[in-house]
Amino acid sequence: MSRIVGIDLGTTNSLVAYVDRGVPRVIPDADGRALLPSIVAYTPAGVLVGDAARRQLVRNPARTIYSVKRLMGRGYEDVRGDLAHLPFEVVPAAEVVRIRVGEREVTPPEVSAQILRALKQRAEGALGEKVEQAVITVPAYFNDSQRQATKDAGRIAGLEVLRIVNEPTAASLAYGLQKLAQGTIAVYDLGGGTFDISILRVKDGVFEVLATNGDTHLGGDDIDRVLVDWLLEDIRAVHGTDLSGDAEARQELRLAAEAAKCRLSFEARTQLAIPFGEFVYRRDITREDLEARLGPLVERTLGPCRLALGDAGLSPADVDEVVLVGGSTRVPLVRRRVEALFGKAPHSQLNPDEVVALGAAVQAQILAGGITDMLLLDVTPLSLGIETLGGIVSVLIARNTTIPTMAKEQFTTSADGQTVVDLHVLQGERELARDNRSLARFELRVDPMPAGMPKIEVTFLIDANGILQVHAKELRTGKEASIEVRPTYGLTEAEVERMVDESFEHAEADVAARLLIEAQTEADNVANHVQRALTQGAQLAEPGERERIEAALARLREARAGRDRDLIHERTTEVNRATERLAEAMMDAALKGALASKRADRILESS
Amino acid sequence: MTAIDDYFAVFGLPRKLSVDGEALRTRFYELSRAHHPDFHQGADAEAQAETLARSALVNRAYRALRDPLARVEYLIALEEGRDTREGAPARPAAPEELLAEMMEVQEALEEAKAAGMDDGACARLREERERLQERKRAEEDALVGRAADWDAVLDSGADRRPLLEWFKARLAARAYLRTVIDDLSEALGEDLESHVSHRRH
Repeated sequence: MSRIVGIDLGTTNSLVAYVDRGVPRVIPDADGRALLPSIVAYTPAGVLVGDAARRQLVRNPARTIYSVKRLMGRGYEDVRGDLAHLPFEVVPAAEVVRIRVGEREVTPPEVSAQILRALKQRAEGALGEKVEQAVITVPAYFNDSQRQATKDAGRIAGLEVLRIVNEPTAASLAYGLQKLAQGTIAVYDLGGGTFDISILRVKDGVFEVLATNGDTHLGGDDIDRVLVDWLLEDIRAVHGTDLSGDAEARQELRLAAEAAKCRLSFEARTQLAIPFGEFVYRRDITREDLEARLGPLVERTLGPCRLALGDAGLSPADVDEVVLVGGSTRVPLVRRRVEALFGKAPHSQLNPDEVVALGAAVQAQILAGGITDMLLLDVTPLSLGIETLGGIVSVLIARNTTIPTMAKEQFTTSADGQTVVDLHVLQGERELARDNRSLARFELRVDPMPAGMPKIEVTFLIDANGILQVHAKELRTGKEASIEVRPTYGLTEAEVERMVDESFEHAEADVAARLLIEAQTEADNVANHVQRALTQGAQLAEPGERERIEAALARLREARAGRDRDLIHERTTEVNRATERLAEAMMDAALKGALASKRADRILESS
Repeated sequence: MTAIDDYFAVFGLPRKLSVDGEALRTRFYELSRAHHPDFHQGADAEAQAETLARSALVNRAYRALRDPLARVEYLIALEEGRDTREGAPARPAAPEELLAEMMEVQEALEEAKAAGMDDGACARLREERERLQERKRAEEDALVGRAADWDAVLDSGADRRPLLEWFKARLAARAYLRTVIDDLSEALGEDLESHVSHRRH
């Protein structure tokens, strides 16, 4: 079996790790950086990922995609509220979010696949071998569609995703491997875009998740937004300028706010100085300023903590240790609030940016058979149900049920000769179907029979990834019944297949090769045009001009046959230059010709 | 009706309500180590599917048996030989006097809603809900409290139907109380919290 890597596919940063002789390690890039910014830019020269994409974000906001994790497994309606903050264009009304970058549209799994591919290449470079299998982490509170979208992203990137692991649980594995956490532990994970709380019992190598809760739309991004809005208002008050509609200014402010927020975790005050053309915006910010603004956001994390404790049947005093995960837990206010809630000081002995990736590597090693004394028993975060008469949800699997788990339900027909039974599967805690998350609609096909005769047993199975599998059996015959799945917010199997094929094409033609192909195409276009001009405009050529152009063309053809992209560019330019005068002369002649023929028309009309 | 799996058999236990929680957990961990998909990655597709189903069964079984109240609910379902899903236990009619009393609560709730749910009404409804929650806990304690009686009946070979009917009536009363508590919570705009209590068991 080839090596399985662990990947933390984060909202802000992503990492890849593996277990090296029993010790999980993060794999840095060539410059020694462990974190890959989760930013993908679609530029005319090709796709940029990570720091390269980040560097041109302010210049190219419409084609630079960040925080794509918040769009995974979601529909247009879900993200409408975010659109004002996002500089890139989301295509309206599509069921699955689609982002327009120039001529093409990309889906969140395709964008995430670019990040995964960069990590895959990083790992392959460091390990000196092919990497084709991975464990990828997701927020514990991710629903089925979001998990499936993450799995799809892996496939598109050429990775077999052996397991989707919840981030707080992965963190507990990293701690547990080093015996840094035992007993009843609470993992408080506030990342770039999502919040999770998980309560676990860790004993004798078994990591049993008792309950989990969270908010998949709450994290460092939201803190930055609050700060940007505050700064925009301040600029309006001080300089009388409204920059809220200026995408580049917003990105500039966002990056500055993010940096200031990070500094204020270690310093009591900091200063901003951002040049905006006609003025320089300067602002002193104290930690108190910051905390006054993000207090309500931190408050929003406490409700899920209480719910998780309630579901686990525990009170805060029952928790032995509180572990902090995610970059946003560096904010002192977060630490204070968590301490107040649980009544004990939280700790983060392992680097909160890296611990999830390390845990993913541990899980990868368990799957590879390299660790046999650790076992993770996770739960499904949301109740799973089906819609029944009157739009009411009937719960089949309650939230916080240990996975894998299954429920069986029997269905029949209500009309004579009915051949299709529709099922609507949802996730969520509300009574009414419309208030929950629609996962998919299933069509059961049955042979025509009198009403109530068919007996179809449907098995709803949630696997160890927290992803739903549905099987149907006709009980009379014992045959598998045909079932057609229409995911509400997911890609169909055919779409994923197509993206996998496309990505192979892209992967094979790496950036350099793609640029070469572009140069060659351009050269061919120019050569064709010039060839035609030489035929059509032969009589307009000056003495020796034709020979000069033909010489330039020959040199271009020579370069075109090779693989030197710069040389092809250079010779293409030479041909263009050699043909300039002739092209102009032909244009003039064509113009005159058009006028002449018009005149001729008029003469004909008036006669 | 879909046949109901015998969760007691999964753990090699008799169909009794007295279960040693620690021993059950230890056995649960052992079975998980044996069947969890993590340890069967190399197996062929068919074996993996089998492992998945086995592991799911172990998890369902543990969930049903670990909690004394869930255990009673499950046992009734098993004895009745029909599937009563979580949140939908066997439902004979709740006791008459409880029904009448709950009608009054529902009426009071409708009146409060019609009057716009002022602070006074909310306070009264909260009080009412507190009282009902107390009563629900009493029903639950009563259910768990007779677990030993059930085991004794089994051991003596006496007729178990009277006790079974008693369990069913108490479960019905509890289900009814739960519905009214949920209605009150929803009216008070606190439905999320109530979900916790009613999903716990």
